[in-house]
Amino acid sequence: MSPLSSADTEGVTADTAREAAVAEFAEALGDACLETHVFPGVDCWIRVATDGWLQAAQVARHELNYRYLDFVSVIDWMPSPYGREMDTQQDRDPNAVADVEPMQHGVTGGDTRMQAIGRVHSLITNIGVNIKCDIPDDTLTLDSWISVFGGVNWHEREAYEMFGVAFTGHPGLRHLYLPGDFEGNPMRKDFPLLARRVKPWPGIVDVEPMPDTGNNAGGES
Amino acid sequence: MDPTQSQQLAYIAGQAADARVNVELETDEGMVLNLGPQHPATHGTLRIVAKLDGELVIKAEPIMGYMHRGYEKLTEVRTYPQITALINRIDWLGNFANEVPFILAAERLMDVEAPPRAQHIRTILFELSRISNIALFLGDMAVQLGAVTPVFFAFRDREHVLNQIEAVTGGRFHPNFDRIGGLKDDLPAGWIEETHAVMVKMRKFCDEIEDLVLGNEIFQARTRGIGVIPADVGLEYGLSGANIRASGVDWDLRRDNPVGLAWDKVDWKVWTHPDGDSFSRYWVRLQETREATNIVDQLLDTMPAGPIMAKVPRIIKVPAGEAYVATENPLGEMGYYLVSQGELTPFRVKIRSASFSNMSIAPWVLQGTYVPDVVTILASLYFILGDIDR
Repeated sequence: MSPLSSADTEGVTADTAREAAVAEFAEALGDACLETHVFPGVDCWIRVATDGWLQAAQVARHELNYRYLDFVSVIDWMPSPYGREMDTQQDRDPNAVADVEPMQHGVTGGDTRMQAIGRVHSLITNIGVNIKCDIPDDTLTLDSWISVFGGVNWHEREAYEMFGVAFTGHPGLRHLYLPGDFEGNPMRKDFPLLARRVKPWPGIVDVEPMPDTGNNAGGES
Repeated sequence: MDPTQSQQLAYIAGQAADARVNVELETDEGMVLNLGPQHPATHGTLRIVAKLDGELVIKAEPIMGYMHRGYEKLTEVRTYPQITALINRIDWLGNFANEVPFILAAERLMDVEAPPRAQHIRTILFELSRISNIALFLGDMAVQLGAVTPVFFAFRDREHVLNQIEAVTGGRFHPNFDRIGGLKDDLPAGWIEETHAVMVKMRKFCDEIEDLVLGNEIFQARTRGIGVIPADVGLEYGLSGANIRASGVDWDLRRDNPVGLAWDKVDWKVWTHPDGDSFSRYWVRLQETREATNIVDQLLDTMPAGPIMAKVPRIIKVPAGEAYVATENPLGEMGYYLVSQGELTPFRVKIRSASFSNMSIAPWVLQGTYVPDVVTILASLYFILGDIDR
């Protein structure tokens, strides 16, 4: 059974339960709800405006009975300047300049580099909803959900130290994992993974070039 | 500045940052107690800074990060098949169960379906890792309350289950056995009968523990009514697994969120307890272990024949998309939010681990308890350090 064709969703192209869940959010949030996406039988997403982030949590918990908090995190959509695959030019030569790729946002689109994602779950309908929200590039600040979900405390602290996104209204926004004086935000795409800079990926060394692939491949060995 | 000098400065800065936490909690009244980093009750290097008034905990603050390994960052430079070797180490006692949700997320994006036999074996190994994980908890919580015998039983009988896992996967703790599209290998000959025998042993172990621990007056006195978590607060903090079921919430992802494994093919029961205290968390886990042996027995009897691997490309590139898959791991809900952009490596993996959320309630629940109960509550919440710090 793949998730796309499990017993109760066999051949389903329209997912009425999730469509309804998303529609409820869209109605309650009004203009703050920018975009919705339903993957039939599997999952659903909504994207809210930056101002509507806190309102989305309030609507979810108090009006629509999404009482379970899964997680809150941030996605950095900037393509990594160090290359994504293990055998890119950037990994072979640390000084090489990366091609600048355009940002490719996920399912509900987006306009900013940083995007927050929170997931809430309803135990009544058994549907989880992913709530996404653009974080303004200039301020990198978002309202905290802590007045709605107390458990968001550590999630927001982790997002703060890893991505440098601040949450207004959070009572103790300080590092969770990292030492207090650590500088930088490790999960940002432009934060280099130093292990790879110090020693290149050993997999590259193991690959022997085929005799006919390069001009100098045969002569060197 | 030469490297040694900068290293020294970094070390001093780290020390100063640690010291600041103490200063923050120190006021003119009360005293500060450090529980950990190395304390038997913390299963690793968790540190709890508690501010006390006499024996009463006024405020408790867990300090994490002693074991942070940056798996979310590392997954961005690993190919999909390599990642299972990393995420094995998140919850090292629930070994195989860690791999499954990630593989399922990748399979969902690739629109690949594992053959029925592979799904069956996956479910069996999943439940075996649950049994070996929770069996240790059953002994461990007792030993933290001063009863030494159960932990010996736990280590003795857990070994039978680990042997069965090792016989299939080759690894006791880090199987790295799950593949996108199926499994690495089929079951060895004679394994099904052996596993049936082990399940009988594990049911006997559960009975022994029930006799030894649950009826014990001291155990009851130290756990009943201690660390009560109401269902509403638990949900708000994202508590999952046995912790939330012990608060009376009838919710189990194995039943409520079918992700393409074989749990819906067997007859089993979700155990809940209305009390929400430390005792009920222990009780629910004990019942779940026994239920897991029944699930394994039924699955072994209904094993379908057929291939164990679907057709997947030799070099795995996952199409662009986003997927969140969560399963009911031994510790609770473990999920991976996987963002792929059609490359060899994931673009972003958010690891939603159970212990992180289960422990985030600690400041709330420890407030207003007594010092001896701190150990009880931490033990009954059952966390694995690697699962908090990732």
